[in-house]
Amino acid sequence: MSASQDSGLSRPPQTTRILAELRGPTVPPRPLDARALAALAANPGCRRRALLDGAGVDKSALAAKLGSPAPFGQSQFAIVRGNSFEAKVKADGGRELLRLIGVEEPGTVSVPDLAAAGPQGRVARTALALREATGADGWTLLDHPLLALEVAGSPVYLEPDAVVVRPDGGWTVVEIKSFPMVDGAADASKVGAAARQAAVYVLALERVAALTEGARVAQSVLLVCPKDFSNVPTASVVDVRKQRSVTRRQLARLTRIDEIAAALPEGVSFDVAERSPEELTAAVECVPHQYAPECLAACELAFHCRSRAREAGAVETLGRSVRGELGGLTTVGAVLAAARGEEGDPEDPAVAALRRARALRQEALESAAARTPREHVECPC
Amino acid sequence: MSLISTLARMEAVESGRAQPLATVRHRRLSGRPLVLVPLTTAGEAGAPLGALVGTDPEEPRLLVVAQPRDRDLRFAFLAELAEEVLPYIDSFADVVEAAERSEVDPETGKKVKVEVELCADAPQLIVPSRAGVEYLRLLGRSTRFRRTAEQDPETPFPAPPRVPLLGRWLTHFGDRARVPGSSLLLSATDLLNRHWATGQSSLEDQHLGALLAWIDPHDGEPGSEAALRAEVGRDSEGQLLCPPAGPATDPAFDNRLLAPAIERYDRARQAVGAAEDGEAAERGLGELHRAEREVRRLVASRMKPTWEAVWRAIGLLRELPEGARVEDRWTRDRWSFTAHRDRVTAGEPPQPRRDDAVTAARKLAAREQAQGQLEAQEALDDPLVLAGRRLSGEAFTAEVVEVTMAWTESKRPAPRPLLTVRTEDRPHLGEKVKVFRSLDGKPQSAEFVRYEEDGALLLRILDRMGRSKEPAEGSVPEKGERIAWTLFEHDQRVGPQLPEAEETPWTHGGPPRADAVELPDAVTPEDVL
Repeated sequence: MSASQDSGLSRPPQTTRILAELRGPTVPPRPLDARALAALAANPGCRRRALLDGAGVDKSALAAKLGSPAPFGQSQFAIVRGNSFEAKVKADGGRELLRLIGVEEPGTVSVPDLAAAGPQGRVARTALALREATGADGWTLLDHPLLALEVAGSPVYLEPDAVVVRPDGGWTVVEIKSFPMVDGAADASKVGAAARQAAVYVLALERVAALTEGARVAQSVLLVCPKDFSNVPTASVVDVRKQRSVTRRQLARLTRIDEIAAALPEGVSFDVAERSPEELTAAVECVPHQYAPECLAACELAFHCRSRAREAGAVETLGRSVRGELGGLTTVGAVLAAARGEEGDPEDPAVAALRRARALRQEALESAAARTPREHVECPC
Repeated sequence: MSLISTLARMEAVESGRAQPLATVRHRRLSGRPLVLVPLTTAGEAGAPLGALVGTDPEEPRLLVVAQPRDRDLRFAFLAELAEEVLPYIDSFADVVEAAERSEVDPETGKKVKVEVELCADAPQLIVPSRAGVEYLRLLGRSTRFRRTAEQDPETPFPAPPRVPLLGRWLTHFGDRARVPGSSLLLSATDLLNRHWATGQSSLEDQHLGALLAWIDPHDGEPGSEAALRAEVGRDSEGQLLCPPAGPATDPAFDNRLLAPAIERYDRARQAVGAAEDGEAAERGLGELHRAEREVRRLVASRMKPTWEAVWRAIGLLRELPEGARVEDRWTRDRWSFTAHRDRVTAGEPPQPRRDDAVTAARKLAAREQAQGQLEAQEALDDPLVLAGRRLSGEAFTAEVVEVTMAWTESKRPAPRPLLTVRTEDRPHLGEKVKVFRSLDGKPQSAEFVRYEEDGALLLRILDRMGRSKEPAEGSVPEKGERIAWTLFEHDQRVGPQLPEAEETPWTHGGPPRADAVELPDAVTPEDVL
């Protein structure tokens, strides 16, 4: 079993102290939001992201201070619409939502109050409510419960939209999204992102279920979206077994944050309020990144990392797949030099392929240029 | 991405300018395309915010919805859009030429030639980005099932007369855009990306402003810097210098500029409704007009740069000569356009929400065939594309060093000349592998016989030499000729015949039900203010 499953949430106090120092002692940690989860899935091998997310650093503020502010934002139109839709789904004491599951007459639906002080308190409150609901022999709707999951050796907090507890003790994650399901089909990439997000919630729930008698976490989640062009909710059951196992494997493979933190030089801090941009730049530079273009959609620091990767001439800036054909050549300069025959071993298949590619490309471009004067088959306009 | 295009991207990084990926234009550009720049409201499905539309770069028609959640204003927008798009489409519907199509005679079951009309040219819609294509498809879906008062006097919120028709046409264009190589509905980013390689990744290439910064930089500025400015550069008010090409808007624009302007418009509307005397009403109306003008100005300011960018892209692409086989694909587009025109004229119902099994299978087969055809045609039209296929061993360019005449050993001997050719390329050849070359635009096939001792290839020509014993003039290559051979066929073979829709087997849901009428979408109170 993976480390993320077995070890408890208790983190060595030393690591907690180190991470708090990295974040800035007065700054509260940021919970892992949907974007951070997406970044985790998009680039599990990035140490920089792992450390900053694990320490709960506000990456948006950090990126702004580094001079490459994150381009993310949410339109208030979308927020208003999303909130009103979520309220509609959860209306009627949870009965509307149960109707979407297919339960017309749920009897009494219990909606426990999950408010508590601090994230730890809310997590404990959620666990208690889940335990009570599992033994209760009725339907329960947990509205915005808080769950904890260990990511790279440090707990992060997660807040699903809702969790439904069935009378038979089954727990189902509910994900409410405001993109439409037109004719029963929604945008595949958005559904994929929602499924990956929900899979993390399933993993976090399984930790609690392991300690709760009679509890069972459903491996399918309920995705609730507006139907067609209306505000009427419709739901679809999404099997997240695959996403769950992929995420679990990725989480297990993550370099432990305490190891990354231990490798940092003395005195490094990501305290956005206290440190100067130069100090922060130097601090960020201490942790290696693994930039790929996919980061642009998922990580606040992506523009910063991209500029560094471009300065270094890394071939990954052109796409992750590019590396595959280039063998040991990792920079644009080295590839071009090898293609021109200035560097590289001609016996190396990657170098030989590059030279052939360049020769064929040159030949084609020259033959096209030779077809002068260019006949202009222009349309009258 | 093939190694050749990776190399082109790297050359672009080094030089700071985009590098060619094609030496000819592989898509048809109409002489009179209709450019459409749509914007949508964040968080809503199918609630347009505005559009710039037109065939004249100097004079776009501006359409704006001052309050996107108001159904009446939305319908008014769609009606205006229909008034721009439908006359444009109609102007191509009436100019026809005679053509022949083979049909199966229902009585004899034989194939017969039927004289039919084919539109001499077809309309062409160009949107800024792939998301724009998706958006037109969504608009088509949201409007084609609407009912007008004429169709159904009982309908609670009747759509303006031509809106459902607009929906059917947008659906057709959106559907056709999924056919590889078609040019009825194109996006500027896809067009540019087909013809140039930038020094960034294909994900970043979806940004029209950044893409143009690489391809057509001002004053020789390095592409990466100009592209970065297009991506993130903001003015003193925090607004993007290069607004997104849509249909989504920048959240900073929504929150800081648009939301207050729409709120002001809403307040003015309420004031007009609540006015108790003529003077107050007049004042209110004045304020309402000002508020509406402000929303229009704001929305237009976000679309204008994109409008200009799309026309810049069109201008860049017009400088490339059109590939020889583009005309052939455009003819297919004309057939597609003509067919849909006929369906509309015949009064057929709008396209269903889901295709039945046979239609879906036909569409998939057609797209697969079009993909193969596109790849082959692009390689034949363009030495740079062919270079990529040569690198991957799917084609080779060879010089003829010897021609030996030979014949079949039958009663009527047919010519089967042997060619000895020499090439630097490394094609994946095995015994009896067929290779093809283009002879007067038609494929001539040969088979690989063996490698000679000195590394030359021996090929046997199989067809296109006429019926007599001596091959027809010019049908056999001569010594010294350099010829491009491909291992892929030039014309994709048509797949197995599919049954008629009425004969759909039960494994695929059985024949479509004739009585299943597509109902209009339910209306919800949330759409109305």
